[in-house]
Amino acid sequence: MKSFDPEKNEYCYDAVVVGGGPAGMSAALELYDNGIKDVLIIERDVKLGGILNQCIHPGFGIEMFKEELTGPEFSGRIEAKVREYGIECALRSMVLSVDPDLTVTATSPDRGVYTVRTGAVILAMGCRERPRGALNTPGTRPAGIFTAGAAQRYVNVYGYLPGREVVILGSGDIGLIMARRMTLEGAHVKAVCEIMSYSGGLARNIEQCLNDFNIPLLLSHTVVETHGKDRLTGVTIAEVETVPGKGRVPVKGTEQYIPCDTLLLSVGLIPENELTRKCGIPLSRVTKGPEVDQHRETEVPGIYACGNVLHVHDLADFAAEEARIAGKAAAKRVKELRASGQWPCDSDCAEAEAEDLGNAQGRFTAKLHTDGKVRYVVPQRISAKEDVKVYFRVSDVFNDPTLVVRCPAIEYPDGSGEPLLLFRKRYAKLIPGTMQSVTLTREMLDRVPDSYTIEFGLV
Amino acid sequence: MIREIQEPAEKQKIARTILEALPDWFGIEESREGYIKESANLPFFVIGSGPEDLATVKELYERGVKNGVEGLYVVGKEELHRMEAGLSDEFDCALVAPTGALVCPYELTFAAVGNAMDNGVELLLNFAVTSIDDDGSRYTVTAADGRKITASCVVNCAGIYADEVARMAGDDSIKITPRRGEYILLDKAEGNCCSHTIFRTPTKMGKGILISPTVDGTLILGPTSEDIEDKEDKSVTQEGIDRILSQVRPEMPKVNTGSVIRSFTGLRAVGNTGDFIINNPFGRFVNVAAIESPGLSSSPAIGVYVAEMVRKLTGDPARKQSHVRTRRSLHWFRDLSHEEKTKLIASEPAYGHMICRCESVTEGEIIYAITQNPKATDMDGIKRRTRTQMGHCQGGFCGPFITKILADTMGIPFEKVTKHGRESYLNVGKTK
Repeated sequence: MKSFDPEKNEYCYDAVVVGGGPAGMSAALELYDNGIKDVLIIERDVKLGGILNQCIHPGFGIEMFKEELTGPEFSGRIEAKVREYGIECALRSMVLSVDPDLTVTATSPDRGVYTVRTGAVILAMGCRERPRGALNTPGTRPAGIFTAGAAQRYVNVYGYLPGREVVILGSGDIGLIMARRMTLEGAHVKAVCEIMSYSGGLARNIEQCLNDFNIPLLLSHTVVETHGKDRLTGVTIAEVETVPGKGRVPVKGTEQYIPCDTLLLSVGLIPENELTRKCGIPLSRVTKGPEVDQHRETEVPGIYACGNVLHVHDLADFAAEEARIAGKAAAKRVKELRASGQWPCDSDCAEAEAEDLGNAQGRFTAKLHTDGKVRYVVPQRISAKEDVKVYFRVSDVFNDPTLVVRCPAIEYPDGSGEPLLLFRKRYAKLIPGTMQSVTLTREMLDRVPDSYTIEFGLV
Repeated sequence: MIREIQEPAEKQKIARTILEALPDWFGIEESREGYIKESANLPFFVIGSGPEDLATVKELYERGVKNGVEGLYVVGKEELHRMEAGLSDEFDCALVAPTGALVCPYELTFAAVGNAMDNGVELLLNFAVTSIDDDGSRYTVTAADGRKITASCVVNCAGIYADEVARMAGDDSIKITPRRGEYILLDKAEGNCCSHTIFRTPTKMGKGILISPTVDGTLILGPTSEDIEDKEDKSVTQEGIDRILSQVRPEMPKVNTGSVIRSFTGLRAVGNTGDFIINNPFGRFVNVAAIESPGLSSSPAIGVYVAEMVRKLTGDPARKQSHVRTRRSLHWFRDLSHEEKTKLIASEPAYGHMICRCESVTEGEIIYAITQNPKATDMDGIKRRTRTQMGHCQGGFCGPFITKILADTMGIPFEKVTKHGRESYLNVGKTK
């Protein structure tokens, strides 16, 4: 299936995976396992592994390999399989655009600007850190303010220490990991400030990265001003309180100056969807990732998304697991295209629109909504009556909540109508930092009318 | 012969005549394209609400016509909202200036300095002047670190420090007050929510906070205007941020002011005369001070004017015969076709290696910025030339990569790379 047209600098592969991190590699493996072998992984870095290459701490693989690995070990295991299968990887290669007709344009030092025509595209670009600007902190703009991930790269990849006296804003996992890492490198981490009244980081990271090193976690605190002209000389922190209509605002009189030369930011991760947006694929306002069905297919047929580009996962293991879903569905699509004679594309059908193969067994769609207490669900829609594992995340800390999954009241001609309860589950506690999942079975979906809404809520 | 320009109308005239008056700058197609390509056809708006503002708008119109600004017209409510759908309903008239345009202030400056250097001018950085001595024929200018240069003529364009530099030469007449202007920059996702630079009808406090698309597709809000004492105080204040947002939100209700990617502060050099101070107080010493708004627009014309002053002061030296008159735009690579890029990458593979994912900037372009006049020597220098670190991630991803490229290309140790020169080091040393 693989071919190359030197005239147009254009390649043809059965499937293209954008991003060679744990999700992208896992999607490629699943394609291969399902018989689709001419796959191209396009990775912008000089090697596979994505952000895991700089995550040298342990904590990976417990779900997937039942043992605790470092980031490079974890991605190394997946990569070994990619190598064993002989899946092709374009390294130092950056995708510039993905078109709805499934043409991918990329650039690299050895191929120049090239295009790839393909039967399926899997987006696995991961996520990025929210930068400082999003916080709009008053004060000066000196050197010494880094995202936790940038500091991690300086320390773990280049072997340089970005500072000695450190304050960390935000208690996301990378921030917690870097609190420990900087401490081990001889820096003094003075405090971790978290604007919320709880940390969004993993409980084990709070324990192992802060408590074990006596690093104070200041909940309901934020940085209100940065100081220093050339290099950071200190930050002013303050307590915050919730003011109706204004959100969480600093409390006057609680300001406290902390001398430091470094401020690390760990204030959230945002799925990196520039390519997705440019392709015209609708994005969720909540997850900032594309809206997908249970096969992780976006609104554009033949384009799938998985891993942190879709929604930010707690663990790399889960991102890799999700990629298998997308890989499997993409393989099915390519096989169906082949069976119907639409693929491999030759010059005759190159112009043919990629077509939604839909569901042979009759159309069914349901939209998944949330009540706000449940912050988001993935997938956001279901396109077939089959068992569907739905992932969800809550928006706050809830003690003793009950998850209720139901369809809103169906209004019958006689005026009767009860909400259709599909599923209930009681939890001891739900926190934003931990993603949950429930399975909607085929039997449950059989009770849902076509084009109906399924609501996820907490009571 | 040499005089101080006092008349606001004349000041405006200088600004207005830039393009025609400067064939050396804008007369060559390649350069002109480079400078103003993306900025063409972006009229300035002055918007108002209520009868008072309508009167102001009409007054501005008449003043503009008198000053010879071409194409000015006033629009009513319906047309205004057709042109700018995102504007609040409260606005019912506007003055449109279709000849107004935007230019990238970084690129304009780099082009000027770089072209001067290409023609033999030397640029000394981190040269903080501490004294200026005149022996009657030559000046000796001394820097804080002891470096000395001599010259027959000295032009003082020291911005907010122009008064201190003038004093070193013996001229006590200038007093510069730093005026803080805070800005908020919004993500490209907001860049298309308005298509013109929009001003409120001006008040005594100046032209106020404006809403403007930039040549890079982002949206900029600001500036505030506040006279301060400290010439080094470029901090952003909560009050400033609040003032900008509280004005812009009602004007443009649809702007998502949550998509801020950066807020920053600049200091304008406000003089004690209410005007530009361009004069020759004595000897061969020239002041070019208090160049406040519209300083950037006026700068090319001021350059020509001052060059003429210097020529006369230095005994009319012979004009240089050969002159480098062209310059590649900063985004020459971005503007190439896919085929042209592939061809270039084949001989220079660094142009195929993407470093900045947010703004699509390659290793080749970063190296170009470090090796072309005026050479970038720190992270902010790379940022303003290439747009790396200016996108969504604000350098979170590309920062460490660029640090490495800077160190390798400049041949300096990794830990010596700075954010903006002086002591702004990014790393304090090696890990254990």
